[in-house]
Amino acid sequence: MADFNVGLRDAGSVSIVELKGYLDAHTAPELENVFNKLIQENKYKVVVNFDQLNYISSAGLGVFMAYVETMRENNGDIKFANLKENVYNIFDLLGFPLLYEFYQDENEAINKFNELSKS
Amino acid sequence: MKKNRLQKQLKVYSSTENLAKVRKFVKESAFECGFGEDEVEQITLAVDEACTNIIKHAYRYSPEGVIDIKIIFIDDKFTVTITDEGNGFDPNLIPIPDIQEFYKQKKVGGLGIYLMKKLMDEVIYSVEDNRKNRVTLVKYLKNS
Repeated sequence: MADFNVGLRDAGSVSIVELKGYLDAHTAPELENVFNKLIQENKYKVVVNFDQLNYISSAGLGVFMAYVETMRENNGDIKFANLKENVYNIFDLLGFPLLYEFYQDENEAINKFNELSKS
Repeated sequence: MKKNRLQKQLKVYSSTENLAKVRKFVKESAFECGFGEDEVEQITLAVDEACTNIIKHAYRYSPEGVIDIKIIFIDDKFTVTITDEGNGFDPNLIPIPDIQEFYKQKKVGGLGIYLMKKLMDEVIYSVEDNRKNRVTLVKYLKNS
């Protein structure tokens, strides 16, 4: 029933996680698996593209909270891009914009990582 | 067609797999009562959070527990009561989540209850027949 999909691709040294469908307590473990894989491969620069994500519950939000510090401790981060308004509103309700970077577009988020590694 | 009154019930087992079914049930009911898209999403998410908490905490991921969801809509008041027979808890002991604290402590929890309170007009926890836990979520239909 649960309609959810996680895709993973590289954009240079940045990993793009693409989310599709419904991210809830049932589907959150799939996303955790992807983050575990990234950590195993020492990939800590992550942009999550929400373009095709229709729904998120706190179980999904919890995944980002659980992994972000590991990424930051290793000179990386989890940055969010292409969120639909309804999905962004949930992040906003919980104060995520204080601690996470949100971008309109995936490329902006990738560029942010690239700028930092140049300086 | 907007309904003035509605009464519906759904019982599901306590598996996360059933969350999609619960959301569909709530979404359709809220639309039938005349709520707009944003409010329908708010109600649906609040019920998802309530059921997720029951699966996780009341039944501790055992899929044999029953979650009983009743919807009553009358006089522009949309009430969802969600009842379980799992382990109870005191909602007053759940701290208000602070994202900065979560970040420091790498601890995640309490988000669901906080979201429910933000998304609904009323959230009431009660104990029925001495052993059943109930959470009642209320949303009022405005500008109808």
